[in-house]
Amino acid sequence: MDSLLKLDRCTIRFGGLTAVANFTMEVGRRELVGLIGPNGAGKTTVFNMVTGVYPPTDGHVLLGGEPLNGLKPYAITGKGIARTFQNIRLFISLSVLDNVKAAFNLHLKHGPMHALTRGRAFLREEHEIENRTLELLKIFNLDRYRDAMCRSLPYGDQRRLEIVRALATQPKLLLLDEPAAGMTPTEKSNLMRLIEFVQETFDISVLLVEHDMRVVMGICKRIYVLDHGIKIAEGTPEEIRRDPNVIEAYLGEGPSEAAPQTGEM
Amino acid sequence: MSRALLVLVAALLVCLSVSLFGENLIASRYAYYYDILITIGINVILATSLNLVNGYTGQFSLGHAGFMAVGAYASASWSNHLDPYLLASIGGANSPFATNVAFLISMLLAGSLAAIAGFAVGVPSLRLKGDYLAIATLGFGEIIRVAILNTDFLGASRGLSVAGSYTNLFWTYGSVAICVYVVLGLVHSTYGRGFLTVRDDEVAAEAMGINTTKYKVMAFVVASFFAGIAGALYAHFKAFLTPEGFNFFRSVDVVVFVILGGMGSTIGVIIAAIMLTLLPELLRALAHTQFVPPAYQGLLENRLILYSLLLITLMLTRPQGLFGDPVAIRKRFTRSRGN
Repeated sequence: MDSLLKLDRCTIRFGGLTAVANFTMEVGRRELVGLIGPNGAGKTTVFNMVTGVYPPTDGHVLLGGEPLNGLKPYAITGKGIARTFQNIRLFISLSVLDNVKAAFNLHLKHGPMHALTRGRAFLREEHEIENRTLELLKIFNLDRYRDAMCRSLPYGDQRRLEIVRALATQPKLLLLDEPAAGMTPTEKSNLMRLIEFVQETFDISVLLVEHDMRVVMGICKRIYVLDHGIKIAEGTPEEIRRDPNVIEAYLGEGPSEAAPQTGEM
Repeated sequence: MSRALLVLVAALLVCLSVSLFGENLIASRYAYYYDILITIGINVILATSLNLVNGYTGQFSLGHAGFMAVGAYASASWSNHLDPYLLASIGGANSPFATNVAFLISMLLAGSLAAIAGFAVGVPSLRLKGDYLAIATLGFGEIIRVAILNTDFLGASRGLSVAGSYTNLFWTYGSVAICVYVVLGLVHSTYGRGFLTVRDDEVAAEAMGINTTKYKVMAFVVASFFAGIAGALYAHFKAFLTPEGFNFFRSVDVVVFVILGGMGSTIGVIIAAIMLTLLPELLRALAHTQFVPPAYQGLLENRLILYSLLLITLMLTRPQGLFGDPVAIRKRFTRSRGN
């Protein structure tokens, strides 16, 4: 497999608490990989480790063979990893159009001086960004909201806008943090199709952290399962479904708080 | 040339012609109004530049008077000590060309030194957020004031007289035009949208590849530069500086302009600066009419009481300021923590 993202024996400790221990994982190019686990298993911590929010205490994170350790989040995004957030984080005082435009900041050729002299090259670049933003919005059928404030969009559209914004940074790998959280079953089905569509259209890898088994099992080619910060299983959806460790982690013995078929509230 | 740049050039030409043909008339016949006019200009520069930090970038700075002091004392010292040589070499103290060149140089020096101070203060303190940043910048402002108070070269507590009352309508309103142009030009570009993303959500901004620290420092440096310019205009307008002119309350005045006008609204902040500069003058005029008993005159003349009342009323009825963006400010009060 042509590997894009590789986590090599990553451990992260917060004081005496080991949130993720000795975790190894690989995401291939153009692969759709899922990361699941019960509440508090350390999924979001893995995310934060990959995106540079918390550097790993031990181990290495590699993107295309290049180490990402010690890089700030914005620099990691610059290397080609974009993400969405579990609780939507749009730029709330900006319009839908400007939210996406803001993400073009990363590959911007002009700087503050060009913004002041407003030369021809500057105006051309601004024009190009506007066009590409509109193209992206059109692909996701969000262009009718272009001048609306992002808070006024329906919940599902806000989630999609976040994905559009992440794609505007031209990533190689897209990390989706619980995109199905708080969605209705219909919205979830739409989301599954959307994720597959994004993966194919933009020809990128997707790492999906999700609570909802149906979503993960439905679209991921390979799945990693975390429990208490330790990898307890990896494999295809079929293998994961039958894995006794996974069943125990989710259902436990006797009544439990998380069942595999229900999503997070 | 783009339209924005044309507007700037036109504005500068208007300032120049008003200054060339009307300056002496206004200054001699309507000295009181001339005074207010210049003060308004200086306050607009301070408010517009602070708005880049407090409004557009969402960082709460309380040290603007400190940067203004750096600029004021820098340009004053330059003019006091080096103007004689400079003027002698380019046409003498009576040549308008020579004096204006000398003033331009001292203004640029003032702006640059203030910008350097902004960078030096900004890099370490912009790691702080919210109230902590406010306190750090407040501390900086006080350090500058106390340092001047104890520097004999700068006149210490005796104050410093400034050679050359160079400030005129052209320099004041020319600087206003450039300051407004720079702030708006920066903010209305893809580069400048970065400032707004830092205000809205730092975590998301970083995740979009935006170096938030760089933007904060940038905002701080630009704002300090213009505070320094305002300081230079102030120095060569008042012709006498005291450290007390740059105390904490001076910073608060500017913050009040920004909050009242609406954080992140340049036009609102400009209007607020104009209104709040005029208001004490109007109240003074009112206080000395027959309708107000002498015992209450002092009360009306005290602008701080009025500011406080205004702020309380405004915060209760319109927390986003007169022209501010309601969404941005609501966020400020209901910010959710964590990821």
